[in-house]
Amino acid sequence: MSEEIIKDVIIGENEDYIINMGPQHPSTHGVLRFEVCLKGETVKYLIPHIGYIHRGIEKMCEAITYPQIIHLTDRMDYLSAHMNNEAVCLLVEDALQVEVPERVKYIRTILDELNRIASHQLWWCAFGMDLGALTSFFYGLRDREHILDIFEESFGSRLLHSYVMPGGLMHDVHPNFQKRIKEFITYFRKKLPEYDQLLTGNVIFQNRVKGIGHMSKETAIGYGVTGPSGRGSDYSCDVRKIAPYGAYDKVQFNEILETGCDTWARYKVRMGEMWESLSILEQLVDNIPEGDFTAKMKPIIKLPAGEYFQRVETARGELAVYAVSDGNKSPLRMRFRTPNFSNLFVMNEITAGHKIADLIAISGSLDLVIPDIDR
Amino acid sequence: MSSNIYDFSTLTGSIHAWLSGLMSTGWVTFTEMVLVGLAFLLMYALLGLFLVYAERKVCAFMQNRVGPNRVGPYGIIQTIADLIKLLMKELIPIRKSDPLLFNLAPFIVIICSFLALAALPYAKGLQAIDFNIGVFYVMAVSSLSVIGILLAGWSSNSKYSLIGAMRSGAQIVSYELSVGLSLLAIVVFAGTMQLSGIVESQANGWWIFKGHIPAIISFIIFLIASTAEINRGPFDLAEAESELTAGFHTEYSGIKFAFFFLAEYMNMFIVAALGATVFLGGWMPFHVGNWEGFNNIMDYIPSAVWFFSKTFFLIWIIMWFKWTFPRLRIDQLLTLEWKYLLPISLFNIVFIAFIVLMGWHF
Repeated sequence: MSEEIIKDVIIGENEDYIINMGPQHPSTHGVLRFEVCLKGETVKYLIPHIGYIHRGIEKMCEAITYPQIIHLTDRMDYLSAHMNNEAVCLLVEDALQVEVPERVKYIRTILDELNRIASHQLWWCAFGMDLGALTSFFYGLRDREHILDIFEESFGSRLLHSYVMPGGLMHDVHPNFQKRIKEFITYFRKKLPEYDQLLTGNVIFQNRVKGIGHMSKETAIGYGVTGPSGRGSDYSCDVRKIAPYGAYDKVQFNEILETGCDTWARYKVRMGEMWESLSILEQLVDNIPEGDFTAKMKPIIKLPAGEYFQRVETARGELAVYAVSDGNKSPLRMRFRTPNFSNLFVMNEITAGHKIADLIAISGSLDLVIPDIDR
Repeated sequence: MSSNIYDFSTLTGSIHAWLSGLMSTGWVTFTEMVLVGLAFLLMYALLGLFLVYAERKVCAFMQNRVGPNRVGPYGIIQTIADLIKLLMKELIPIRKSDPLLFNLAPFIVIICSFLALAALPYAKGLQAIDFNIGVFYVMAVSSLSVIGILLAGWSSNSKYSLIGAMRSGAQIVSYELSVGLSLLAIVVFAGTMQLSGIVESQANGWWIFKGHIPAIISFIIFLIASTAEINRGPFDLAEAESELTAGFHTEYSGIKFAFFFLAEYMNMFIVAALGATVFLGGWMPFHVGNWEGFNNIMDYIPSAVWFFSKTFFLIWIIMWFKWTFPRLRIDQLLTLEWKYLLPISLFNIVFIAFIVLMGWHF
């Protein structure tokens, strides 16, 4: 933000029309507050205000043991709960030099992709709703239900499933697991074209998203925008490709990159990713190896003194975990680098000069999950 | 002309004769005005309740849901329950709002929609006032509701409301032109502005068939422009729930909000009824040229059934728009009107004048 704007905001010497969008607003997807300065309907600048849902998860992690941390991380980005959990598990396994069984890797990867599809489905419906097409909301939820049912059957919870543990899984998957996933793949392959019929092909929708919210590759890298939002700006940032974990080195998939740099490009990346995730699921679901669902771990996990770092690709971008251990059973310091935090702060850069309606479209296309920003 | 259609004017005429026998002319006029007013109030309330229910069922159908299904069979009493709830809700005064204008706004909106009802022909001979400028009158009173919306947005002392009101001002005023021009197309065809005259002129076929290409163009323009004029999706920019939370009626609560809500639904009924009257024959049954036998069979269906089924068909199409399309942006909305619809309408009027002059329509 330029110095001039900061001066305007603090002193307030001009006659700007400032509206507060949020913390309770249907389109801020949670308790986010944008302080938007308008000229007519055109956004001059906006300042995101965060902190309305801060729970101090990083600080709480210093008081609890590593297996307990799992139960906090899925509350950050509740739509990529599995990936958040996996990040901590991978960090602990990496620190202890534990080799997890192949079966665990496969199941974790399958759950990653299921969770990614569920998250993108919810993004798709919320994005349609932001643009005023309420029907998309119900289409997305209808299909997401099938994934949540698989989760519920396998480990009892639908949203916040602390299923992965350091060293493996909490318990083995349900006998129906593979069958249900195969059913879901055939079902969703039929339903995805319906999404295109409702929104993608709609001329009003295309006019609303094309050329809106231009985020150049430099901007994306400069602000650390990762995940589908960054890949819409042709920024290759997929952790699954750069630093494969789980079974990602055993499957063939494309990193979806778009060069449009606008809202439409970010939309297409996520739509493409749903197809890619389906193909990853298809490659994995029949090849889950037999074996243990957990590696042999000591009953009390203590990380050797040192610093550890692990990153995973959540549905919204790169999640990095950094832990400092002094050899105790809880970390000395834990820090999460969450994708939404960086994705949010690019908003001012890419919305300036657009209309209020575009502001909603852009924030929808960044797919923000607010508890992930505040932690 | 067919004689099978029941003419309500015999019924209304006998009521008039009976009242004339009881009292003087002045009192007869007064009593009839009260009776008609009561009938319209009742119809207004019932239609409003039904349209809210219909909207919820239609949108539920489009969204793979059930819709209201708890209160009464198929949830048909749900809207009555909602009405009771709205009646009992507290009317919250807004600090630093303009109380006079704030309270006046819902009444202006609702009176405008009420006025337009009077001129519509509901069945053969069932019309409160048969103006010789019926189309013009309905257009004029229905476009007044923009004043109510602007007042509501201005007096609310809310930034979202003000943006919504300004949007609706720009939107309704511009789309009024296209609505007017597309209705003018049929006025040129029928040669009259009187709504009963327009319906009578469709006795040998509705204008959408008789006027072929230009009538279809005007009908499509009428559908788009009137959807925009009544602030419904994809043109519901004055409300724009995802952008402005609720737009011009953000600060309204209880029954005052219900007035806006009711007026919106009644406006939808009015434009659908007007569209049905002008393009689809109103209460006139489906007649094909000189096929006397076929036309006689069609006449056995009561005229009110024809009118309401056509109207609800158009309402259903307008609902279908809302639950399918994303919302337009304000600049796209004005571009659509000023750069596309208005030039097409103007060209269409010239085209129609030429066709009528050459006698090329049926």
